[in-house]
Amino acid sequence: MKYQWEWQVFLRDDGSGRTYLEWMASAWGWTLSVSACAWIVALVLGSLVGTLRTVPGKGWQRSGDAWVELFRNIPLLVQIFLWYHVVPALVPALKGLPAFVLVVFALGFFSSARIAEQVRAGIQSLPRGQRLAGQALGLTLAQTYRHVILPMAFRVVIPPLTSEAMNIIKNSSVAFAVSISELTLFAMQAQEETSRGIEIYLAVTTLYIASAFSVNRAMAWIEARMRVPGTIGGSR
Amino acid sequence: MLDLDLAFFDPETITRYVAKGFVFSLQLTGIAVAGGIAFGTLLALARLSGRKWLEAPAAIYANGMRSIPLVMVILWFYLLIPFLTGRSIGAELSAVITFVAFESAYYSEIVRAGIQSVPRGQVYAGQALGMSYAQNMRRVVLPQAFRNMLPVLLTQTIILFQDTSLVYAIGAYDLLKGFEQAGRNYGRPIEAYLLAAVVYFVICVSLSQAVKRLQAKLAIVR
Repeated sequence: MKYQWEWQVFLRDDGSGRTYLEWMASAWGWTLSVSACAWIVALVLGSLVGTLRTVPGKGWQRSGDAWVELFRNIPLLVQIFLWYHVVPALVPALKGLPAFVLVVFALGFFSSARIAEQVRAGIQSLPRGQRLAGQALGLTLAQTYRHVILPMAFRVVIPPLTSEAMNIIKNSSVAFAVSISELTLFAMQAQEETSRGIEIYLAVTTLYIASAFSVNRAMAWIEARMRVPGTIGGSR
Repeated sequence: MLDLDLAFFDPETITRYVAKGFVFSLQLTGIAVAGGIAFGTLLALARLSGRKWLEAPAAIYANGMRSIPLVMVILWFYLLIPFLTGRSIGAELSAVITFVAFESAYYSEIVRAGIQSVPRGQVYAGQALGMSYAQNMRRVVLPQAFRNMLPVLLTQTIILFQDTSLVYAIGAYDLLKGFEQAGRNYGRPIEAYLLAAVVYFVICVSLSQAVKRLQAKLAIVR
């Protein structure tokens, strides 16, 4: 069987005065901006919740655990529908927010549960002596976290955070369900309009892989610069 | 404040809309777990075989699948199966094939780590007893490997169950679709999505609690 490639499909007009190539470029931009914004939301919330889960005091730990369980045990697609359909009805202040913002929240909160797990594990992997040393120096709990525990913990969790960042790019594809004009929605619509699904899917898949790979390289660079001197990974 | 009306979710609605989708979600999960672990084990054995011509394709397959969003994989199979076979097989069957293919990549990584966690002395002991490669794998290595990785396998299965909701992309009728359809017909989308979330949540939380208990019970004492 010989397949007739037709890559010129990307130069065709999509009916609104732009080519499919331009549409795909803009869709890639949406994928990257949804992922980047969600990544920031997830990092902030995840660090906060993950830290809370290691703070002495049952109340903090319980609420941190509840957060993680809640956002980890509902499928992302269902969470996106909840943010899109249910939350604006529940919280009038959120009515009229663009779908982009809601999807960023959905993806960010969903990923924050996973990042909280990584941060908690990172903090708990530190020797107990570090915390005690901070207290022995007369630091308050907040100061111990700020100056002793968190700077170490964040360097420990960079590798798992890398795979989370790559997961966010992959998971952003679910935003198609609420009509965010990102790569997956582009793939579905362009496939339908042009019937050149194979070319279009190949291009979109390549863009996803390229995005994830760039994130991987960028994080490897950060990781190399942030290694803790004196550890096996950071001997210099 | 929101006034919810859950009254329309009576047994009749549930059997008419939700049950069918729930059964499909469970079937999809079941087949994908069984097929994924079977093919995943083969992939893992290929990657650990020490033969380049087996290792390289298995590695490319596992890494390739894991770097593409699942939704795109679902779309790819839905496009390619009719293209290659010349006939359309429907969204549900296409979803089943996709999930087996996709999940074997993830399970293969788990199985590989599980096999690597078995102490090397166990392999030598098997060889010393005169076992062939297949016997050694089946009677010595894999039983210990699966016991080590059971909690991770089950955790992956919970993720898999959640991911089945993504068959939405090709319009297959699963649990989420059942709730959505009911919500649409009765003009109650908010209640439908909330209930869907509660059902997924309850199932996943009970499974993960079970995994935790199992983990405590199963750890191999050395």
